[in-house]
Amino acid sequence: MHNVTAMSEEQAAIKDAVERTCAAFPAEYWRKVDETGEWPEAFTKAMAEGGWLGVAMPEEVGGAGLGLTEAAIVMQTVTRSGAGFSGASAIHLNIFGPKPLERFGTAEQKQVHLPKIISGEQKMCFAVTEPNSGLDTSSLETKAERTNSGYVINGRKIWTTGAQRADKILIIARTTPKDQCAKPYLGLSLFYTDFNRGQIDAKPIPKMGRKAVECNMLYIDGLEVPREDLIGEEGEGFKYLLQGLNPERVLFAVEAIGLGFAALERASQYAKERVVFGRPIGQNQGVAHPLARCWAELSAAELLSYKAAKLFDDGLDCGAEANAAKYLGAEAGFNACEASVLAHGGMGYAKEYDVERYMREAMIARIAPVSREMILNFISERVLGLPKSY
Amino acid sequence: MKVLVPVKRVIDYNVRPRVKPDGTGVDLANVKMAMNPFCEISIEEAVRLKEKGVATEIVVVSIGPQQAQETIRVGLAMGGDRGILVQTDQTVEPLAVAKILKAIVDAEQPGLVITGKQAIDDDANQTGQMLAALLGWPQGTFASEIVKDGDKLKVTREVDGGLQTVALNLPAVVTTDLRLNEPRFASLPNIMKAKQKKIDMKTPADYGVDIAPRLAVVKVAEPRKREAGEKVADVDTLISKLKTAGAI
Ligand SMILES: Cc1cc2nc3c(=O)[nH]c(=O)nc-3n(C[C@H](O)[C@H](O)[C@H](O)COP(=O)(O)OP(=O)(O)OC[C@H]3O[C@@H](n4cnc5c(N)ncnc54)[C@H](O)[C@@H]3O)c2cc1C
Repeated sequence: MHNVTAMSEEQAAIKDAVERTCAAFPAEYWRKVDETGEWPEAFTKAMAEGGWLGVAMPEEVGGAGLGLTEAAIVMQTVTRSGAGFSGASAIHLNIFGPKPLERFGTAEQKQVHLPKIISGEQKMCFAVTEPNSGLDTSSLETKAERTNSGYVINGRKIWTTGAQRADKILIIARTTPKDQCAKPYLGLSLFYTDFNRGQIDAKPIPKMGRKAVECNMLYIDGLEVPREDLIGEEGEGFKYLLQGLNPERVLFAVEAIGLGFAALERASQYAKERVVFGRPIGQNQGVAHPLARCWAELSAAELLSYKAAKLFDDGLDCGAEANAAKYLGAEAGFNACEASVLAHGGMGYAKEYDVERYMREAMIARIAPVSREMILNFISERVLGLPKSY
Repeated sequence: MKVLVPVKRVIDYNVRPRVKPDGTGVDLANVKMAMNPFCEISIEEAVRLKEKGVATEIVVVSIGPQQAQETIRVGLAMGGDRGILVQTDQTVEPLAVAKILKAIVDAEQPGLVITGKQAIDDDANQTGQMLAALLGWPQGTFASEIVKDGDKLKVTREVDGGLQTVALNLPAVVTTDLRLNEPRFASLPNIMKAKQKKIDMKTPADYGVDIAPRLAVVKVAEPRKREAGEKVADVDTLISKLKTAGAI
């Protein structure tokens, strides 16, 4: 989407306004929060005030009612600014995280929560992954048991992003034991409820990068959930969750791509200026070609990402494209960050040049929210018609 | 008070302009265009006047190609109320622009026109002054501060020797300088609202203005490339080098 002529007037205006918003948060800002681990509060606030968190939310609840394409432009512009995943992940969940709520919530649930999510007043986290089940979501062990007033949830979640400051949790738990369900993915239910710190203990996980946006281990002990916090029908939670998966893949793809382009810009700049053996290092094809190849990879992945976004916005199936875009985008993004570190030589390893941070952050998109292997499994099975391997 | 703000679509100030190989002008094919930065300052000032209750309506005008609608739309997203596009694909020189603007002022009867001091493409720095002359209105050029003071407008001007403050009778023309304000950028809700605002489509002929150019561009060339410099250790070396080079 960097080709200005391909964008509509409105999309160009969106990109421009987000670029300007992000320009107030230079490299030093991100370097600092990456060191201290402080949440990028000022950035989150600026994005909320600009109305960007509501880009893909319906107008009735105060959103802009735009599509995945525009949301992707916003998120790519964020990482591209040098904010990387420290910036993107701080707001990512607000953009498509509430999709299940928007699609399957009651009118009241929507009216109560969505405007607050858009304004940034309500902070949510999203708890799917568990230590004992990993990518095999149907085997998750967290249980929600019925009580007179609703449910009580017990279990553990892992990697839950932003749980330290969240006041709401979107959580999936088993309401009917797997062996009593017709299919393994039935019997799971989705709740949007208070992040009650008396019953949820959140412990941050020390990790490789993106220190400013923490991930947590959650110990959930007797979390009482009123019946009205159930989303849709009991037992249908996984189906609701799926609604948000494809758009999220596209967002991860463009976030990685934006970061890759940011890294490439830094590397090209450095390669023009750094003189060794009497010439700029970028004059050596050994330095130039890896960067040029990364540009080609990023551009190809970008095309597929916006194709997937368009299919989604047109209401068409985008599963194969969204998955493939996430795969290619994450790889291209990481490759560009790695190539940029290498082009900087020793300085690539120095915090001052930022590309080492980019590289650590680019790893996230290769792992979360779904691994490369599972994407290739999906394409093998659903697109190529090969037998399921697991 | 109605405020009229003319805006121009120019090559984005972040883009490095390239001269066409035949030397007839700057290559604009596939180049990012944007609102002239001084025009952004003008819009911002108009919006601030509206926020203070001084201005009641902001009309954003552009003279240029179909795509100049986008530029107007940016102004509407910043807080303009409606737009007028005088559409033409021809080059419109400052005098023709001023004549069209005069006709629009006659029709719209604003109490104030705020233009940028110049557009960063031609750097002509003439349009505001010509418009004031054609209208017979007072002008406050190179404004770094604008204050409504009773029935007058106090304009602080950035002049060579420092700052000069003039009191203008209204209606008047003001041209904006860089330090007047820092323009806001549009929020998403305002970008969405701007889509609903009205833009009237006109042509120079609607105003009976002949826009045929009076000037012929002979040649456009890139500035001469700067030769690599040399760092010297101290002032003495500098002086002797300059002497050897015959510069002093
Ligand atoms: C920074 C970060 C933020 C995160 N934020 C959240 C969050 O907010 N909420 C949330 O719920 N989760 C979050 N996650 C979790 C993330 O979605 C999971 O880590 C991811 O889905 C992988 O699951 P796992 O770690 O359990 O890996 P596992 O399931 O243990 O898999 C480990 C490896 O084995 C491979 N593998 C497993 N099975 C197969 C198979 N059948 N075929 C081929 N390969 C296989 C996988 O591809 C992977 O490489 C986050 C993770 C990270 C790193």
